[in-house]
Amino acid sequence: MKCFIGIDLGSTTTKAVILDENLKELGHGITNSRSNYDIASTVAKQEATVNARMNLVAQSLSDIPELSGRLKELLENLERNFRLEQFMESLADLEMVCRNNAVGERFKGFEQGLAEALIVTFQKLRLEAPDLFAPGAKRKSDFFRDIAGSRYLAIGEAVAKDAGLAFDMMLNIYDRSIIEVENRLTGENLKEMIMKALLRTLEGFSELSGVSKLVENAVKDALDIELEETYVVGTGYGRARLPFSKEHIRSEILCHGLGAHVMYPKTLTVLDIGGQDTKAIQVDDAGIVDSFQMNDRCAAGCGRYLGYIADEMNMGLHELGPMAMKATRTVRINSTCTVFAGAELRDRLALGEKREDILSGLHRAIVLRAMSLLSRSGGIRDEFTFTGGVANNEAAVDALRALVKENYGDVTINIDPGSIYTGALGAATFAHRAV
Amino acid sequence: MPKKAPPTAIKEQSMEIQKSMIADNFRQLYDAPKTDQKVVSTFVPGNLNELLMCFDFARNLPEINALQNAMRKRTGRMIMEAERAGHSEDVCTYVKADLGMMAQGNIGPTGEALPTPDLLLLSYTGCFTFMKWFELVREQYKCETAMLHVPYQGDGVITPNMREYVVKQLKEDIIPTLERVSGVKFDIDRLRQYLRQSAKAEEDLVWVLQSAKNKPSPIDAYFGGVYYVGPIFSSFRGSEGAAEYYAMLRKEVEERVRLGKGPVTPEGEMPEEKYRLVVEGPPNWTHFREFWKMFYEEGAVVVASSYTKVGGVYDFGFRHDPDNPIETLADYCLGCYTNLNLPHRADMLSQYVEEYEADGLLINSIKSCNSFSAGQLLLLREVEKRTGKPGAFIETDLVDPRYFSAANVKNRLESYFQMIKQKREGNAPLGAAA
Repeated sequence: MKCFIGIDLGSTTTKAVILDENLKELGHGITNSRSNYDIASTVAKQEATVNARMNLVAQSLSDIPELSGRLKELLENLERNFRLEQFMESLADLEMVCRNNAVGERFKGFEQGLAEALIVTFQKLRLEAPDLFAPGAKRKSDFFRDIAGSRYLAIGEAVAKDAGLAFDMMLNIYDRSIIEVENRLTGENLKEMIMKALLRTLEGFSELSGVSKLVENAVKDALDIELEETYVVGTGYGRARLPFSKEHIRSEILCHGLGAHVMYPKTLTVLDIGGQDTKAIQVDDAGIVDSFQMNDRCAAGCGRYLGYIADEMNMGLHELGPMAMKATRTVRINSTCTVFAGAELRDRLALGEKREDILSGLHRAIVLRAMSLLSRSGGIRDEFTFTGGVANNEAAVDALRALVKENYGDVTINIDPGSIYTGALGAATFAHRAV
Repeated sequence: MPKKAPPTAIKEQSMEIQKSMIADNFRQLYDAPKTDQKVVSTFVPGNLNELLMCFDFARNLPEINALQNAMRKRTGRMIMEAERAGHSEDVCTYVKADLGMMAQGNIGPTGEALPTPDLLLLSYTGCFTFMKWFELVREQYKCETAMLHVPYQGDGVITPNMREYVVKQLKEDIIPTLERVSGVKFDIDRLRQYLRQSAKAEEDLVWVLQSAKNKPSPIDAYFGGVYYVGPIFSSFRGSEGAAEYYAMLRKEVEERVRLGKGPVTPEGEMPEEKYRLVVEGPPNWTHFREFWKMFYEEGAVVVASSYTKVGGVYDFGFRHDPDNPIETLADYCLGCYTNLNLPHRADMLSQYVEEYEADGLLINSIKSCNSFSAGQLLLLREVEKRTGKPGAFIETDLVDPRYFSAANVKNRLESYFQMIKQKREGNAPLGAAA
């Protein structure tokens, strides 16, 4: 099967979208952008391939009448079990690297103790892993670095204490190791992992034992479909660092414009708030960019700003929006300087303002900045599509709706749940056009 | 570790000559105290170079010093020095670079000391900052100041009244002051002679700048253009040397046209002209080569720019006229690009887009320039509307290296070039092969 792939290498996350010959989306994937852009784009592509495979599996299984009514549940379990397999594989890698790193001058005299503490820590991590991926389990993030990191910190601290070791040493080992693990590829045996996850899944569906062979074969068939990488287009902040030739690289402004057009063909104005930049784009009726404005060298009021705020409040990035939604009033905040974000926050807290009210103000401040870019780019035209990671934040969306209404009246505002993939979708569409 | 030598830039012969002319001027300034030559400091737009030559003044141009220092990566420290002295972040960075340079001993770009001027001649007030700048400098030099007030072309025309007003000041105030400070008697025939040379140089310069109408353009009228306007915008207009330089430059470009060659970039001849742009706003000086590279490596050539008109707009027919020597100086000052109002600038830029068959207008907006950055977005929209060609907007600074974000500028430029390409390929239906 011919595949057209778009990769959006953003400052915070890297996204990939795979389209088929008919421009139908086969799958999409996301990972955290790390120091190694090459790996980040490969991992994102791999994640999109996983997603595409899962979709193909779903399609293939939908032909088995015995599964009707149970298919959704089966697929959800398959996905969860696959994620667990993936997690376990990376965890094993991390353990090995941590143990290799727990030697040397710095740890002299503690090597034995550290090795034992690491064994205990990873044993515990492995043991609790299935719970992290159990039905309904909530994770602060889906990236290995975040999940493994937060659990290692919690478990490792207790283990170090019991063993009479300084936790600093454990922390140092982790910091050195995670970068190494993150910057190498795992999951090359994707098909094998999916099959393993399938067997684990089927164990929980004993009533389907009669058709288990049929299911296995259908899944195998889906996994055997060749996904041919016909053309790849890269975009995003780090696009120049992608291992692609120039013809395979497009500006993210063009990609967001086209991606928004593909999602909502009546789009005329696009706002994209990404990690490090905010873009206001005007497109024509074919999704081609007419004009654009973006923030200059300062990333004030971009997604990263929310990231700092989340860190400052010791919260997950995706918890900010819901908390801001609880506000009863919106604190007026004028500074969107990322560097001063923490200070602004602490000031407001010291003045006795409630966290949710401050957060509501911070979200509004971000959107106000975006509104200025929008007006500089020529204003908001109907229809208006909001893309990028921040479009998933309900408080930001709320503030945007209010300000759009206030300044431009009734305008159709499109926000796709998959808006974070808009740039990658545009890139994949360019890939399709290039052939 | 030994410092890696920067790659040598490939330059046309004219660029080498230009470089040595500018260097000669710095040498003359350095020697002025020893040779008892009187020195005047004056600004580029609306400079009265021919008149100053009549009084044997050595001419010092602070903007040229600042940009030359920036190209040599020296302005960062100078600006910080000025900021330490109390000048805020938003102040024009030409001003701060100048004040910082003075605070650090007034050593010019070539490493030679700059003399204390005998006179500050402010011959143009279209930029309000100029006035404040000299006010600050005067404090330190404690020298005489003369000001020629040039009325702003608010209505887009030069009225007889405006001309008379400038002529009157020249006759009654400026010339007598120059005579007094220099001790040289004014000789109008000498002025006529210089003006004749100016007109010759201007004729050739216009030819060179308009050669960009060819396809491919033999010159880059912005990055290359700043070299070309160097002599005529600074202390050489009116000199024989300048007239010779422009005659030589014209020959060089004529040859390029004959051979169908594109512009010379620091990395050699540009192989293919992919995009033709009109640019408004000065270039960034601190990262000049890096900035230029962002254009030529994408095959973008600037075919016309407003910056090459700030020291005189010649392409609509104005030439210095030896038969009306004082009036022509007035017309020159009144007609500088910096003295034009927004509708006039919009007309001019739209005309450039059309006449030079450009793909669109790019604005390089200067962060620390409040006078000329104001209204630029409006200009962009207006030119887009009139020409139907897409425009783009980037932001850098004149000489503050902190204001140049390479990744950001490159991102916008690449987006713009790709946007032009997309537009050119037409609104191909989604999925159609591009």
